[in-house]
Amino acid sequence: MTAILEATGLSAYYGPVRALYEVDFRIETGGVTALLGANGAGKTTTLRAVCNMVRRSGTTKLNGQDISRLATEDIVRLGVAHVPEGRGTFTGLTVEENLKLAFHVRRDRAAANRDLDLVFTYFPRLKERVRQQAGTLSGGEQQMLAISRALMLGPKLMLLDEPSFGLAPLVVQEIFRILRSINENEHVSMLIVEQNAALALELADHVYLLETGRVVTSGPSAMVQNDEALRRAYLGY
Amino acid sequence: MELLLQQIASGLTSGAIYACVALGLVMIYVSTDHINFAQGEMAMFSTYIAWALIQAGVSYWVAFGATMVIAFAGGLLIQRFILKPLEHAPVLALVVCFIALLSIFNSMAGVIWSFTVKQFPSPFPKGDLTGAGLVSYHQIGVVGVTVVMLGLLTCFFRFTTLGLAMRAAAQNASSARLMGVRVSWMLALGWGMAAAIGAVAGMLVAPIVFLDPNMMTGILTYGFAAALVGGIGNPGGAVIGGFVVGVLENLVGTYIIGNELKLSFALVIIVGVLLLKPAGLFGRVNVKRV
Ligand SMILES: Nc1ncnc2c1ncn2[C@@H]1O[C@H](COP(=O)(O)OP(=O)(O)OP(=O)(O)O)[C@@H](O)[C@H]1O
Ligand SMILES: [Mg+2]
Repeated sequence: MTAILEATGLSAYYGPVRALYEVDFRIETGGVTALLGANGAGKTTTLRAVCNMVRRSGTTKLNGQDISRLATEDIVRLGVAHVPEGRGTFTGLTVEENLKLAFHVRRDRAAANRDLDLVFTYFPRLKERVRQQAGTLSGGEQQMLAISRALMLGPKLMLLDEPSFGLAPLVVQEIFRILRSINENEHVSMLIVEQNAALALELADHVYLLETGRVVTSGPSAMVQNDEALRRAYLGY
Repeated sequence: MELLLQQIASGLTSGAIYACVALGLVMIYVSTDHINFAQGEMAMFSTYIAWALIQAGVSYWVAFGATMVIAFAGGLLIQRFILKPLEHAPVLALVVCFIALLSIFNSMAGVIWSFTVKQFPSPFPKGDLTGAGLVSYHQIGVVGVTVVMLGLLTCFFRFTTLGLAMRAAAQNASSARLMGVRVSWMLALGWGMAAAIGAVAGMLVAPIVFLDPNMMTGILTYGFAAALVGGIGNPGGAVIGGFVVGVLENLVGTYIIGNELKLSFALVIIVGVLLLKPAGLFGRVNVKRV
């Protein structure tokens, strides 16, 4: 299997504080990898480090190309779409403007328009609210919008930071169902960070467990699902 | 009655110019949280460039367009080479930097073009609409040019993806980066546009107040008052604020405090707004719209 993303010796720092210690991981092309761990383990930091949003060291390769030193916006333009913690809504723009912002970086306007239609078939709720100020959307709708903005970039890889955060169980189910079909139908590889470990393990084929900035274990999802001791120790269920 | 009409017309004219200056201030403020104290001097310097071009025999509107382009490039370069390196500097350092820019432009204009007052041509016919000296063609022209420019600017921000990217970058820089927007270039573009708008204000006001290196000092104060009245951070509000301040200033100057004290009225507005309604008249309703 080829890796769409490969990180070696990835470290990250907030000022003098180190948050990530030489982490290694790889995401298979077309696969879904889950990154799990307790609060403060460094999950968000890992995603930020991949996108060069924090001071970091180590190498990251996208399809073999070294992206360690690229600016965030250039990494995004290479096909990495990051759905950030807190959703990153442009609250003062309309839903439509939030989505069409992607047109700024898309050369192929026809493909971008197709992606807009695609987004509306996945999230018909957003279509009903295109003219609405995005800041007035509910939390769940904003999460859908965040995923949609990422989709509008026509990505090869999506980095998802707690897409279930603060959402009602039914909405969470819906979002995960859609993520699965995005992965299967649009061939978008995914790295997903989740507190809801059981749900993430169902979606993912591979998993990395993070503790205080280090990878403690990794392997196929089934391995973790079947290892009760591991689950109890790190995932609390 | 005639005097009142005359004062309102001249108030709208100054208002149009304050609106341009305020808009330049707001454009930079929304994207960087900085007040560009050099906005007025940059406009004055651009106006000198237009003057020099016209002196060299270039026709008015060509000089007008060329000056806007030069001002745009100048604003862009200032952002790239002076402000970008100061990205993480404390606010005080930036204020000092703006004041340095202000005095550099002022003395450069003096050194290059001397401090003597110069006439600056108006592209509009002499005389006035009513024949009774109420509303001159230049006044109508100033308001007209401003309105057209604001219209174009509104269309740019509303209907182009570049305009949308600039608004997104101003609202949420890190999220904009995650959409592939080159935020620091958007800031530079904003600076360039603010400088070009300022240049227009300078060229429109120069035929009225005459051209000299200190031409924009008072106007910047009014522009700042206008931006505050509109709720700094709100471009539409800044424009309305410009017209409000322009008309009020003329009426208050004529009927109440006299023309010599008009500038202190701007100060009264600034202090008043800051004390009573820091968000400005339109600060809340529309704060995130461009
Ligand atoms: N902006 C910041 N400045 C300083 N330290 C930070 C910052 N952001 C995160 N940290 C620290 O880095 C460590 C890892 O944080 P991170 O946000 O990556 O955790 P996380 O695994 O995403 O946690 P959570 O599940 O709560 O979102 C924590 O110790 C945190 O305190
Ligand atoms: Mg986190």
